[in-house]
Formats: sequence, structure tokens, C-alpha cells
Amino acid sequence: MFGMRVQIALAEKGVKYEYREEDLLTKKSDLLLKMNPVHKKIPVLIHNGKPVCESLIAVQYVEEVWKEKYPILPSDPYQRAQARFWADYVDKKIYDAGRKIWATKGEEQQAAKKEFIECLRVLEGELGDKPYFGGDKLGYVDIALVPFYSWFYAYETCGKFSIEAECPKFVAWAKRCMQRESVGKSLPDPHRVYEFLLQLKKRHGLD
Amino acid sequence: MFGMRLRIALAEKGIEYEYREEDPRNKSELLLKMNPVHKKIPILIHNDKLVCESIIAVQYIDEVWSKKAPFLPSDPYQRAQARFWADYIDKKMYDAGRRVWSSKGDELEAAKKDFLEVLKVLEAELDDKPYFGGETFGFVDLAFIPFYCWFYAYESCGNFSVEAECPKLIAWANRCMEKKNVAKSLADKQKVYEFVLELRKAFGID
Repeated sequence: MFGMRVQIALAEKGVKYEYREEDLLTKKSDLLLKMNPVHKKIPVLIHNGKPVCESLIAVQYVEEVWKEKYPILPSDPYQRAQARFWADYVDKKIYDAGRKIWATKGEEQQAAKKEFIECLRVLEGELGDKPYFGGDKLGYVDIALVPFYSWFYAYETCGKFSIEAECPKFVAWAKRCMQRESVGKSLPDPHRVYEFLLQLKKRHGLD
Repeated sequence: MFGMRLRIALAEKGIEYEYREEDPRNKSELLLKMNPVHKKIPILIHNDKLVCESIIAVQYIDEVWSKKAPFLPSDPYQRAQARFWADYIDKKMYDAGRRVWSSKGDELEAAKKDFLEVLKVLEAELDDKPYFGGETFGFVDLAFIPFYCWFYAYESCGNFSVEAECPKLIAWANRCMEKKNVAKSLADKQKVYEFVLELRKAFGID
């Protein structure tokens, strides 16, 4: 999820990069442990031999280094603060809400679905009638949020519900983003995500 | 804690502001209207527009009043590092500290261990620099120093000494406290401790 954010940002800026996949289910590589000793997590952006960790921090780094092309954040400080606020909201809420859908059953799962939809509705409210959270074009909040769309099929299958039925505006926004090459290329196939999730659930004894 | 970050930031930039206290147990109409998403403080209101979340508000202040006392470095990599450590503090310090004052027995021992581990990671990052920002007080110092006024409460509840375990960090904190803008923005540690004792009572911990 979080790696996709950095991939989209680099693609929008037209920056070529080498992508190295980590096997998160079995063993973290020495490189990962060396480059992110504090959290031991992906994504890690390595530029000029130096690591930048935490996806939103890496996206801001990409924005600042390649600042001439395709600005991701607005130039006005207040608009920037708003963009950061909503990306932070996504970070605080969406991952955990989504996780609870696939990791629980019965009543707990029902509550998780409700909470997840509520979060999407808050975001729908913020989107309003704009084509993107960034306004006329893809911006910081869009990049922070759209990777989760690749997990929707998995959430829907586990939770037996349709996100589009509950939040059509949200899904329309996501599909709009997917039409951009940077997004379409960076997001994995939803069926593959679902297969990965099934493996994860097995590993955690959750099926 | 988080409101103090803004007070220090505004003071460093020489900006006058009006301060309104909230009782977290009885949130005002203004707060609920201004931060309907999280219903939390601090909220910075500037030109009738709201900025919520303390780290976001500090960056806003830095960008609006960009000529004076910059908090973030100008180099993108250094900025990323500063943001990383402020984020680390946000992810770890509050919860680790909270567990120390709100637990007993074995849970307390585990909480103290985790808390000190977090401090040691930060101490290692500080290393021999006078401030996290290098020669001058910066973004990470600002993000972290408000927790210092809670150390007395943590130490008293947990019966341990932060200075004994992390002397470099305490030296750093004392250095920050020599700055007028920091000293006047932090809460009194005795008052914080009394507040924690009330919380413990309310949660039935004692």
C-alpha cells in the first residue's frame, strides 16, 4: 500500500527508479534492516545512497527534490496544511479500519465495515465535487489514498459487501485516478492482493 | 503536550496570539465546530482558517513566517530526516509515557522498559549535537521538548530516574529550557503531576 504512494509520486515526476520487492511474509532483507533500523518497514526510498523512510515523508522528499515538475502539494501554506491534514487522516484511519474487516468475523466484522464506510464518507465529504482531492489534478491526498483502492476487492470479498454501493462518489474518484498511467502502473491487480491476503490470513490463523 | 509545540513555535517566530484553554473532559462548542474530524486540540486559527494536528500546524507556522527562525532545514534530505524523527516521536512517546503513568506491577515494569527504549533511540539520534536540529533549536527539538514537563510525573509514577538512564537527553532538555520561549511555554511539572494523579484516580489506578 504505502510503497505504491512513492511509486506514483516518482512516476508523476518522471523519475526512473529501481524497484526491489521485499518478502514481508518470510524474511526481511539485510538491506531493509540496514536502511530502516528504527521501524524495519517498507517503503524505503534510497537516493544518492541515503534512505528516506515513511511513505508520506518520502513523497514530500520526492516533491522537494524534483520540484520543477508536476507539483504534488499546493504552493499556498494553508492549502498545504489542509493536504497534510487529510493525508494524515488517511494514515490514522484507513489502514486499521480496512485491516479490521479482513481480520475479524461476525459482529466485530460488522462494526469494522461500518467504521470503514464512515471513514470513506468523511473523505467523500472532503472531496466534494472536485475531480481529485488535489483539485483539477492528482495531488498529495490522492496519492496518499488511492493505493487502498487495490485492496477494495479483498475487503469486499472478506466482508461480503460492496463499497461502490455505499460510496459511489469515492469509487468514481478512484477509477478516475486509475486512468492516470502513474496510478494504473503502480497499483497491483486486486485479485493478486486478495490471494496475498488469503496467505496472510492463513499465516495468522485467521481463516 | 501538543499545544505547547505551537506555543513554542509562535514564540520563536515572535508572533502574538490569543490562547484559549480547553478541558478535554468537557469539550467546548468552538472546539467541536473547529475540529469536527478529530475533536482534539491544538487548533491554530489564523485569518479565520483552521489548522489542526500539531506537527502540521508547526509546519504551517514555519511556512507562513518563513523569514524568521526556520524550524526545518533547507536541504530536502535533512528535512526528510527531521520529519522522520518528529513522526517517530508522535508514534511512540505519548503512548509509551501514558502506559507508564497508567499501569501497575508487571505492566508498569514493561512500560518503563519500553519508554526508556524509545528515549534511548532518540538519545542515539541526538548523539553529540547540542540540539536535534544541530547547532540551533529546530523541528525535532520543538516536537519533543514538551514531553519533558511530563518526565517528573512519569518518574514519580514509575519510581525511576530518566536522567540516570539517559543523561544526554536530560542535558539536551535543560539546554532547551534555557531558551525563554521554551521555558515559558511548558507547563509546570508539579501541576502536570497533580493532573496525572487526578487522572489515575479517575481511572481507578491507585
